[in-house]
Amino acid sequence: MHPTALRAAYDRQASSAPARMSRPGFLRPLFACAALALLPFGAHAQIEGRSTSDKLLLTAGVSQVEGAAGGGLVPWGVIGGYGTRDQFGGSAFATRVELDDYALDSRGVLFGIFDRVEVSIAQQRFDTRAVGAALGLGRGFTLDQDIYGAKLRVFGDAVYDQDRWWPQISIGVQHKRHGDGAVVRSLGADDRGTDVYVAATKLYLAQSMLVNVTLRSTDANQLGLLGFGGDDGGRSLQLEGSVAWLLSRRFAVGAEYRGKPDNLSAVDEQHAWDVFAAWTLSKHLALTLAYVDLGTIAIADDQRGWYGSVQVGF
Amino acid sequence: MRTLMLGAMLAIGLAAHAQDALPPPMDPAPADPALRPVLDDFGGREGLGALMDDFMVILLEDPRTQPFFEYSDQAAVKEHLADQFCVILGGDCRYEGRDMRAAHKGMELRQLEFNALVEDLQIAMERRGIPFRAQNRLLAKLAPMQRDMIEK
Repeated sequence: MHPTALRAAYDRQASSAPARMSRPGFLRPLFACAALALLPFGAHAQIEGRSTSDKLLLTAGVSQVEGAAGGGLVPWGVIGGYGTRDQFGGSAFATRVELDDYALDSRGVLFGIFDRVEVSIAQQRFDTRAVGAALGLGRGFTLDQDIYGAKLRVFGDAVYDQDRWWPQISIGVQHKRHGDGAVVRSLGADDRGTDVYVAATKLYLAQSMLVNVTLRSTDANQLGLLGFGGDDGGRSLQLEGSVAWLLSRRFAVGAEYRGKPDNLSAVDEQHAWDVFAAWTLSKHLALTLAYVDLGTIAIADDQRGWYGSVQVGF
Repeated sequence: MRTLMLGAMLAIGLAAHAQDALPPPMDPAPADPALRPVLDDFGGREGLGALMDDFMVILLEDPRTQPFFEYSDQAAVKEHLADQFCVILGGDCRYEGRDMRAAHKGMELRQLEFNALVEDLQIAMERRGIPFRAQNRLLAKLAPMQRDMIEK
């Protein structure tokens, strides 16, 4: 869609639609409180990486950009937080992705309950920078969305079933609400959508390796940042996967792939991949660095760049 | 599609239920001759003995595991553990202890306590400079025994 046409479509939508959907004002203070509340747990029992929440280091994954426990891009079958089956666990994360023409900020919190259920909230802000100007939206126009997630472990144990072939399997949902309905509607997309996924994760200790495969039913464009559905497609099944090599108790490297739909004829969307390194600096602090390739986003091709994430948890 | 989903849910339900039924206890010392090189990484039976000395010190310092070991016959526990690991790693040893279920019956162990033990073992192995990959090959054999040790 030509930028002028996009702007005109946006104006039509903005004038006819109700006032910009107000986003829950409690989310930012909630994150701040959650992050602060988790820090005392971090200070407790710092002897050689032991603590009161007792999963083994790195076996809870980190937080992926939509807030679920997993790799950087892909949700895994593990339940987040270090709580074992009799305990609670949780974490807060902040992620920044710097691409050639855009930037993405994501932050969120998750709680794991009895190593069985995980709930999460995340907020994403996508800065369109100069592309925003080219699209007639304004330089530095940000597209936002809130993501409410839940995950249930239904089968298996990724760590302890070493003598069995089957993985740990979880089912999850990510309900996403876009903050700017007018923009996405002008693209021909909806402003909210729900992803449903099945994730299978297994830690192959004898090979010091973790493997995850996720199958996701989604209609989200660019994870939802360009709305849901479109003129060129609706809901589809997408394949995602991660591989990680544990190099020490506190350090892992890996790679991920994430298939994405291409629902909008006006703009191209491609599959994403990344290579990452993750450090647990203590039981409660994890740092992830990745190089990501998100392909074409809207009118800008070859969106590659760096991903950095900090996670505080217990 | 609906039939497929129902079939899948039934299969998962049956499999999950099958996991709950109590099978016979696992062999506590399954020998794997392929792990002989890993035994060398541990310094053979002698190295395992020294590792158990360090391990016991850590277990007694860790408040999560201390209650389970402070009144036990620590020398016997160390001997049994060293023999058990030796057999598992394909060594010429004999394990003469009980199976894991019998040895831990009545202790009401929870997963967090088992995890604490594994973490303490990792720390002991780290301190002795045992290569990480070798550590994981041993842990791969020990991890499934959790099933026999945790109180259901």
